[in-house]
Amino acid sequence: MKISKAVEKMKPSGIREFFDLVIGMKDVISLGVGEPDFVTPWNICESAIFALEKGYTSYTSNKGLYELRFAISRYLKNKFSLSYDPDKNMLITTGVSEAVDLVLRAVLNRGDRILIQDPSYVSYEPVSELAGGKVILVKTGEASDFKLTPELLKKYISKSKNIKAILINYPTNPTGVSYSRKELLALSKIFVKNDLLVISDEIYDELTYDFEHTPLATLPGMKQRTVYLNGFSKAFAMTGWRVGYACGPEEIISAMTKIHQYTMLCAPIMGQLGAIEGLRGSIRSVAEMKREYKRRREFIVSRLNQIGLTCRRPEGTFYVFASIKTTGMTSAEFAKKLLFKEKVAVVPGTAFGSQGEGYIRIAYASSMDNLKEAALRIEHFLKLIT
Amino acid sequence: MREILEILEKDARTTPEEIAKMLKKSVAAVKSAIKKYEKQGVIVKYKTVINSDILKDDAQKVRALIEVRVAPQRGHGFDHIAERVYRFPEVKSCYLLSGSYDLLLVVEGRDIQEVSSFVSERLATIDNVNSTVTHFILKRYKADGDILKRIERNNRIAISF
Repeated sequence: MKISKAVEKMKPSGIREFFDLVIGMKDVISLGVGEPDFVTPWNICESAIFALEKGYTSYTSNKGLYELRFAISRYLKNKFSLSYDPDKNMLITTGVSEAVDLVLRAVLNRGDRILIQDPSYVSYEPVSELAGGKVILVKTGEASDFKLTPELLKKYISKSKNIKAILINYPTNPTGVSYSRKELLALSKIFVKNDLLVISDEIYDELTYDFEHTPLATLPGMKQRTVYLNGFSKAFAMTGWRVGYACGPEEIISAMTKIHQYTMLCAPIMGQLGAIEGLRGSIRSVAEMKREYKRRREFIVSRLNQIGLTCRRPEGTFYVFASIKTTGMTSAEFAKKLLFKEKVAVVPGTAFGSQGEGYIRIAYASSMDNLKEAALRIEHFLKLIT
Repeated sequence: MREILEILEKDARTTPEEIAKMLKKSVAAVKSAIKKYEKQGVIVKYKTVINSDILKDDAQKVRALIEVRVAPQRGHGFDHIAERVYRFPEVKSCYLLSGSYDLLLVVEGRDIQEVSSFVSERLATIDNVNSTVTHFILKRYKADGDILKRIERNNRIAISF
């Protein structure tokens, strides 16, 4: 069977083999997961059970349940003074992952250039390419604290003309980086000046610890050029429910809806009903989880630096991007050896791009007991190899 | 420093050093805050949550909820009579309630006889106790915020992006 050229060209995930190793092993402490360790708040589960009993098992409208879109619009309005019309500017998707795919396919023509940060979430580059885009990787590293800066962007924009869009994600997976309002203002000026379409994946927004999260769409001149992506997976611990949403200019949202109606049809109804309950009654649970994550962040950052894996204090998410350069190993080697010797699973930084070489992503979405034990094991491992 | 209470309430074994790391405070500051809470009686004591139902032997306990109607006393209200009652070690919890009865007790004993004789001989015979209603507890599902069933295994896949 002949596979399509586009898919054949897609880079295989370099660490598939490592993943299989982890999954085949027992009694591993995993700091390698990209999802909360909390289970979904019970009021959300309970409302979904009730909905099932009531027989809510059908399709919804392509755009998603109006009640959910309305609830999201009110939530964004209250929280960020960000107003979107639930009918014209909003689409409920099967997680943010689908929204990323839809928006890229909706806006990119063959060869259109799009800026993506290196390192960044694994799907951005391959999905952009699948949509026909030409990806320009903005390489970031310790020099800028793994942040996009106006200077960096200017450099890349002046190098290659006719850039159509930028895909940005903050707080950032895998580095935990986020941006203050002031930093975002500086970035947004570049976006406006160069007439870029901005695809902004803000799925980790609730997990911002040191300042208030600012959506790019709220900044001057940005709303009409921004597609705002968010969802329920991280803040409401609802990864398996697959509910995300996209908000943006009517033209783009309706183009995305066109693809969505033929491919996905609609996001699962149970997930949508759960999400409505989440917005209605789980704000307190979200705040509690955030406090717990924040404590874990302080703990793990302090411990890692203490034992010699230097890392900056991330502003958001539940990830720490720690340097392993002093060990002289590659990220993949380090992760593999750590797994075999100490049974601690982390993700090699190279999974997120070549700029991740020399780093590992540690997820602190794990119980405090696990974090304590994992830190001891990593400490032991470092002594063993030096 | 209120967050110290939240942390210790979840896990009393968390050391001051660990708390200091979590809250980005000095160890000395954490220690002195804990001391202060202990002194004020905000932190009453540090205990272990035990589910004796699993032991399936002599250590198993019988528990009953007991509604108690009492006649309040002039000058003391309910406090005096409550103290008479809660000082018995068999009484594990004691609350004053609004509604059709006054005190609600949780009483623990080795077996039904022990609890029954406590109620009939000790409790019901106290002056000002007008009547009691005893409900034996058949199964404890959740106590003081802790679900007693063994935690299900985490079924997250071990690694994901």
